[in-house]
Amino acid sequence: MTGSDGCVAAGSPWLAARTLCWREIVRFFRQRNRVIGALGQPILFWLLFGTGLSRSFRMSPNAENGQSFLEYYFPGTLVLILLFTAIFATISIIEDRREGFLQSVLVAPVPRWSMVLGKVLGGSLIALTQGIVFLLLAAVFQLTLGAQTAVLLVLLLFVAALALTSLGFVLAWRMESTQGFHAIMNLLLMPMWLLSGAFFPVPPLDGTIAWNEVALHWVMRINPVTYCVAGVRRLLYDDFALQGIWTPQLGTCWLVTGCFAGIMFAAACWIAGKRTTGDLL
Amino acid sequence: MIEPTTDVSRAIRIEGLSHSYGARQALRNLDLQIHTGEVFAFLGPNGGGKTTLFRVLSTLITCQQGEVSILGFDLRTHVNDVRRRIGVVFQAPSLDKKLTVAENIRHQAALYGVTGKTLRDRQQAMMEQLGIADRANERAETLSGGLRRRVELAKGMIHQPRLLLLDEPSTGLDPGARADLWRYLERLRDESGVTIVLTTHLLDEAERADRIAILDQGSIVALDQPDRLRASIGGDTITIETEDAEFLAAAIRKQFGVSAEVVGSRVRLEQTDAGTWVAKLAEAFSARVQSITLAKPTLEDVFIQKTGHRFWQEKENAA
Repeated sequence: MTGSDGCVAAGSPWLAARTLCWREIVRFFRQRNRVIGALGQPILFWLLFGTGLSRSFRMSPNAENGQSFLEYYFPGTLVLILLFTAIFATISIIEDRREGFLQSVLVAPVPRWSMVLGKVLGGSLIALTQGIVFLLLAAVFQLTLGAQTAVLLVLLLFVAALALTSLGFVLAWRMESTQGFHAIMNLLLMPMWLLSGAFFPVPPLDGTIAWNEVALHWVMRINPVTYCVAGVRRLLYDDFALQGIWTPQLGTCWLVTGCFAGIMFAAACWIAGKRTTGDLL
Repeated sequence: MIEPTTDVSRAIRIEGLSHSYGARQALRNLDLQIHTGEVFAFLGPNGGGKTTLFRVLSTLITCQQGEVSILGFDLRTHVNDVRRRIGVVFQAPSLDKKLTVAENIRHQAALYGVTGKTLRDRQQAMMEQLGIADRANERAETLSGGLRRRVELAKGMIHQPRLLLLDEPSTGLDPGARADLWRYLERLRDESGVTIVLTTHLLDEAERADRIAILDQGSIVALDQPDRLRASIGGDTITIETEDAEFLAAAIRKQFGVSAEVVGSRVRLEQTDAGTWVAKLAEAFSARVQSITLAKPTLEDVFIQKTGHRFWQEKENAA
């Protein structure tokens, strides 16, 4: 349908998503403190906790898999890097809104989902890049991965990054200040990560454990992040190394992580599709 | 399906538009038509409803009540058709400060599906026209306010819209930059026939528009060409500064039988042969008159006449 004029702009949702995604990536690498913050802190945690806690860390008494805490903690750190980057990427929604950039996107002839896709994809690719950089550190303990495993691992990390970035988007969309986001991060995101088996294993249900450990087991089991961490762990280590650690099957990990990403992305599109007075900040 | 109207003389048609934020009514039953190819200004003090109206027209908020059609498309049912055809320049800067001038324009263009050679040609031409070509590779954060506003204009025009909406475009601009902006807008109107709709709280800026609607408390209190609005005032304006304005106004009314209003702490009269009146008043109330001024009517006088109150004090503070 054309109006009284001959030349009419026609926005394409995919082109819009691509340009917003690219903007996200360019912005990120032009803010050096964000690169350092998202990559530096998890590595620091990994080295400090990994080294400091290695003496007190012990797998179940019978297991003789010889995995050190540095190794155990490695998949969790990888997911933490994704989480941190996802958080920083989505906090920028609040800045976009405050600085006015978002307004011009909101009145452009593109559907809201393409805006969400651009933002989430950009954040996820940044997170994935940082994850891969960290993965190279695995060489430290002579961990070698086959080409197929490496590809699968990158793919899983990407799906997990999509899930976490979408989750961050849902939380950040209605927020008016970055301070508010920090509260959410401490109350929701960090506990989600802590209770994912990243930092300590899921207590196994073997009949001898106390009720509070049973509760912990189930809380960790319904946490979708648990399956991201477990999936990474299964791809990185063999069954022998995972002896004595409750780890869901790889297929389950893929399924849960995929659903987590799908549901969170749909939620992000839904929440962004509602025009609110928050658009006017 | 509503086909776009073929009547090209109306860029915007507003009928019975109302909008409220909770209990506060921001727009009250507006009716208005803006012609194609004119520069139209919404003039009014802050809180008058300009910003809300701008948000509705720019499709940022939905039209609650009433009918609005832009370039022949209903705002409620054809929002995407409207969005493709309008350019919007917000008051708050929409530039990404971490990106360069060229990148900012390129990203905006992609949102409107403008890419490749078309984009390169247009971008170059537009940057040259706006005098920002030599800044193409500088980051937006390093630019002055005036230059940023030019990049905003380039962003708003990159998809060659038929209608350009600008919210308080002069805010933060020095007089030189403001003059440049107006030269550019007038050229757009004259050479490309683009309809330009802007909001402003600056009376002298509104003078440059082809037509003005004065908004006060969510209603249009006056709508016409600036000179015709000024001519609608009975004559020239006489303003008298005095200690007790109420007393003097009453005395003038009693002695001369003409209308004299108190506006702020001054007495104000409108008369056709104002020169004679100045002499008459100065003679009759020489003890009370501190100063007496005679002026051709301004838009502020129109505003005062229509609303009964002063435009506002912030006029002096406006940058």
